[in-house]
Amino acid sequence: MSLAVVVALAMFAGIVLYGLFGGADFGSGFFDLTAGGSERGGELRILIDHSIGPVWEANHVWLIYILVIWWTGFPVSFAAATTTLMLPLALALVGIVLRGASFAFRKYSATLAQARLFGAVFAGSSLITPFFLGAAAGAVASGRVPAEGNGDPLDSWLHPTSLFGGLIAVGTCAFLAGVFLTADAARSGHGVLAETLRTRTLGVGAATGVIVFVALVPIKQDSPTLSDRLLGPAAPLIVASAVAGSATLVLLLRRRYGPARLGAAAAVASVLIGWGVAQYPWMLVDEVKIADAAGAPATLWGLLVVVGLAGVIVVPALAYLFWLTQSERWTQEA
Amino acid sequence: MDFVEVATHVLTSSDGPSGLLPARQQMALSLGWHIVLACFGVAFPTMIYVVHRRGIVRDDAVALALAKRWAKVSAVLFAIGAVSGTVLSFEMGLLWPGLMGRFGDVLGLPFAFEGLSFFVEAIFLGIYLYGWGRMPARRHLAMLIPMGVAGVVGTFCVVAVNAWMNNPTGFRLVEGEVTDVNPWRAMFNDGVWLQFAHMWVAAFMVVGFVVAGVYAAGMLRGRVDAHHRLGFTVPFAFATVAALVQPFIGHVLGLRIATTQPSKLAAFELATTTEQPAPLRLGGILVDGQVRGAIDIPRIGSLIARNSFDEPVPGLDSIPPGDRPPVNITHLAFQSMVGIGTLLAAAVAVYWIARWRRRDLTGHRWFLRGAVVAGPLAVLAMESGWIATEVGRQPWTVWQVLRTTDAASESAGLWWSYAGAVVVYVGMTIGAVVVLRSMARRWRAGEEDLPSPYGPGDSPVDQARSR
Repeated sequence: MSLAVVVALAMFAGIVLYGLFGGADFGSGFFDLTAGGSERGGELRILIDHSIGPVWEANHVWLIYILVIWWTGFPVSFAAATTTLMLPLALALVGIVLRGASFAFRKYSATLAQARLFGAVFAGSSLITPFFLGAAAGAVASGRVPAEGNGDPLDSWLHPTSLFGGLIAVGTCAFLAGVFLTADAARSGHGVLAETLRTRTLGVGAATGVIVFVALVPIKQDSPTLSDRLLGPAAPLIVASAVAGSATLVLLLRRRYGPARLGAAAAVASVLIGWGVAQYPWMLVDEVKIADAAGAPATLWGLLVVVGLAGVIVVPALAYLFWLTQSERWTQEA
Repeated sequence: MDFVEVATHVLTSSDGPSGLLPARQQMALSLGWHIVLACFGVAFPTMIYVVHRRGIVRDDAVALALAKRWAKVSAVLFAIGAVSGTVLSFEMGLLWPGLMGRFGDVLGLPFAFEGLSFFVEAIFLGIYLYGWGRMPARRHLAMLIPMGVAGVVGTFCVVAVNAWMNNPTGFRLVEGEVTDVNPWRAMFNDGVWLQFAHMWVAAFMVVGFVVAGVYAAGMLRGRVDAHHRLGFTVPFAFATVAALVQPFIGHVLGLRIATTQPSKLAAFELATTTEQPAPLRLGGILVDGQVRGAIDIPRIGSLIARNSFDEPVPGLDSIPPGDRPPVNITHLAFQSMVGIGTLLAAAVAVYWIARWRRRDLTGHRWFLRGAVVAGPLAVLAMESGWIATEVGRQPWTVWQVLRTTDAASESAGLWWSYAGAVVVYVGMTIGAVVVLRSMARRWRAGEEDLPSPYGPGDSPVDQARSR
């Protein structure tokens, strides 16, 4: 395995982790949006606040990790993507800014009216970001980002692969969030809320599963390179995703929320890794291969030092944070 | 030429890709906005640590309450700091593809390390903010330490990239191709340590003066109590050290420019011709090649720029016209920074000398007013410094390697992007001001915990309404 591929793998690991952890944070916006009026939705919104409050900033940094490895390790392909996908990336960015800012503002709002305003912005922007990031990924995966950059600003992402990519991203985020929030609600003694969330999550999960598999049909027409590998080497992962997703729904039906979280994470991770396998060995599908996109070897080694340090410093610290948030003492007094 | 003409001239005289001007404007807006929040990310954890530790070690309820409030403020500031920092990450590619595509693997490594320190800061911020009452007190306090360290490392990394743009090393250009890339050499370039020190200390000046100013404002309104005294003294002490050290760092940093970036120095000093010895030219602008309205102090220009009374300061006439930076902006921004910095250093010196002679100036309204103004002034000085160094480096993005016209995006849509950025940043500023002011108001009214307003029926807001 070449040095470039190792760095690309490290970057892709960041994508999977961002999809799982960042995705769950973004997905909570869907439940916040559909929680109902301030009276009825208050309990759920406090739960969301408590669940993602301590972790969302840390989870968000995976995106930064992805970006810095991309532009440092594969600079030309990064510039090609940003000049072509300016619109979806800028819209995703607006979502990121509005989501983070209004989430913090809402927590310390003085009045209900302010909290409603910031809450609506938080929830709405939480859906925008995954959609446009998914659409951008679809553009790369379907071979619409030319190697020299400055591709078509609209056609590059207004096509079935990107649009389904966006929908899948929104759906998987909401599914993950639903499962995690249901488990959090049940664990912190909000029984009625957990039941409501369980019903909605079952709906979201089923819908997302349908979208993922329906999407294979237009993608086959739209992106032959990607779909050849999706239905080839990546097929076991698509099957794994179907199995894990179905198992999660069964676990939710049986109110086994702890294992359901693992199932949901496995299902989403399988979809993401399936995309990664399908895209290999391309950095920009049909345009630039990973090996050809790589920057200077000395820089790739430098990036591996960073990745190693992340393993030593960031991973244990993250584990400590997540361990704390799951501990008895932090679950109380929501 | 009045200001409007100057502005129009600056705005219309750029010939380059269509994205050049909006890219510049958007970068200036988002960087200028984020840098203030970044200062809080760098310096505030340390100040909170001092107050929080005092609360625990001396069992000081006032200090503990202050630390709790600062933690809540930092929750808001760090959130908008995190997202506005993300904006910059995207903008590197969206606005400056010519820089990132060609030099991404030269300059990118410090950004990757910065990513690590951002991780550490975000993780321990989450633990610290939500750890109140949920962890042993000492361990909870210790969570601030990695945040403070991450602030130092993060500053170094980000400034390293800027220092590299001023002192590009770690690669060779062979017929326009970038080869022999050594990202470590690029990261630890010749300018990095001084530039890092300058910015790190600036962060403590900004946060120290701004936070102290908030409590000075409270004292002006008659709220003179232990809470306000502590809230003033701790950040003011940090600001004092920073303000006194900063002129020396700035001076040593400035001494490099005569050899490394003579055109920037010429613009700083408003030197149209090379003079030996050179005067210090206070104020003034360049109109049609003539200096107007400046006050010259003989020899001091040489002293400031060259640390000598008779060394020459290079003039703009020694720079090819195509390589000259916009002189007036650079000159005025540079002198604003130096002037404000000097004023602040003198002011803190006066305060501590008076205190040493057993006179407490916080009892004087004029001093408190000055302390309130010192916050915005410190911000202004820092912004001016960035404007001076960035505009002074023009027309280069990477000094004598990459022109800004070649770095900028060719996209025609960037004016829309800039307009969107203006709307978002104005909205975010209003949101932050409204929320922070409402927090302060509720604290003054005696609330301490500020519970969520969207509780199911029993939140304080709803109770107040039903009454």
